[in-house]
Amino acid sequence: MATHFLLHLVLLLCFAPLLQGVIVKTKALFAGRAGAPLLQPYYDLARLLRKDCVFSRTTTWVFLAGPVAGVVVPVLASLFMPFGALPAPLSFTGDLLLFVYLFGVARFFTVASALDTGSSFEGMGGAREVTFSCLAEPIVLFCLMVLAGIADGLSLTALFGPHLADAWRGPEGFSLGLVLVCLFVVLLVENSRIPFDDPNTHLELTMVHEVMVLDHSGPPLALVLYGAALKLMVLGAPVVRLLLPFTSGSLAGDTLVFLAGMLLLAVLIGVVESTMARLRLIRIPQILVGTSLLAGFALVLVLR
Amino acid sequence: MADLSNLLLLLVILLNFFALGSSRLAACIHAVALQGGILALLPLTAHGFSGHALLLAGGALALKAVLIPWLLLRAMRKVRIRREVEPLIGYVPTLLTGALATAAAFIFADLLPLVAAHQGGLFIPTSLATLLTGFLLLVSRRKALTQVVGYLILENGIFIFGILMADALPMMVEAGVLLDLLVAVFVMGIVIDQINREFSTLDTEQLSALKE
Repeated sequence: MATHFLLHLVLLLCFAPLLQGVIVKTKALFAGRAGAPLLQPYYDLARLLRKDCVFSRTTTWVFLAGPVAGVVVPVLASLFMPFGALPAPLSFTGDLLLFVYLFGVARFFTVASALDTGSSFEGMGGAREVTFSCLAEPIVLFCLMVLAGIADGLSLTALFGPHLADAWRGPEGFSLGLVLVCLFVVLLVENSRIPFDDPNTHLELTMVHEVMVLDHSGPPLALVLYGAALKLMVLGAPVVRLLLPFTSGSLAGDTLVFLAGMLLLAVLIGVVESTMARLRLIRIPQILVGTSLLAGFALVLVLR
Repeated sequence: MADLSNLLLLLVILLNFFALGSSRLAACIHAVALQGGILALLPLTAHGFSGHALLLAGGALALKAVLIPWLLLRAMRKVRIRREVEPLIGYVPTLLTGALATAAAFIFADLLPLVAAHQGGLFIPTSLATLLTGFLLLVSRRKALTQVVGYLILENGIFIFGILMADALPMMVEAGVLLDLLVAVFVMGIVIDQINREFSTLDTEQLSALKE
């Protein structure tokens, strides 16, 4: 049990920044550049941790709570999320709701810390972030309900259990496909990737998530970046599990399948980011409502 | 074969949603063309490769997937409009209504006293959902071209219903329906051209205004 716990945390804490590196490398290759080395996110984190912090005089402790919650929450949430065929270290009936709303807590602290700077830009970014995520929430809940309708338990470990491989071949296969698409959209929205948000933009009016972390510097900025990497990994895990529902039996095999899946997912995100343009801001709610309808449709198909 | 039919029918429903949510006319027309192509496969998956089914599939493919979309795309280029600007009901509300209509179609289909062979299948609910989607598109859009697209989707719904009865239905009836459709689209094309020439817009709202 203890080794399992440790393996789970080591996988999460060590590999999360690598995914960001893979995404950046994929985008660079698409653009015909050599690109930054794969380990660049680690170097960035080390560089930022050595620097000093600069704080605005208007900020209070709330400003620091954002980055801290941004790292703590994904780590906590990951304890409930099975990584591939490896079951989650903690699991109880109904932990899927806790999983969804833990990210709500993180969002609250990020937005609160953005508002704490007193900048109107950060307020605007916070408003956008909250709007998008409250539209993304029904998608996640519908998807989890579909999975719960197929599985015979109400914990995330049961939802993403070994029965998925059979379900793909059964009549639920189509619903699972819809759920996969919907969860991928949620992954892109929640991690502020193109086409919903651009992690590289520094033009004030187009920023959504980035604008909220503008005022952070040094170690807090490192926490923000690290937290974003962790979140990508935790939210990517269910997508990978749906895509590769295999159980090899051995611990090493399962771990390798999961890591290979995560790297594949990172490449996929990189491809999406390279081939799609960013959506106009007013189109995003439309797309999100459409996606939640798809998820709701999948639910109707499963319950029928 | 039943699995394949279900997959195709679900794709038809997804295309319904796409047509409701998309503002680009060309994308809408392509979606209808794709829907027509999928419908052309349905008689084969439902009834196997009999001569009757093949004729039905060939007719649907030629008309619904190729000829009518081509006519519409040509009309679109001719009158130079690319997107529906101001629908009577916004995109998100129509999408939501469409989803509600689809859910209602599924519930209603379960209540219908059907033959045991059709009970619980996806044909009837998909057909009803497609009918309602076409109707929704027809009443909620202003541009005459989008209304034609709505009419086509509505007809697609009827076609799905007809496939279930393809064994009982004589070939002549199907051929007549397809011919009707083609003529209707021709007439609409002429009407669209006329509206465009008269008002230099395709907005059907103009037609309700009284003139000297």
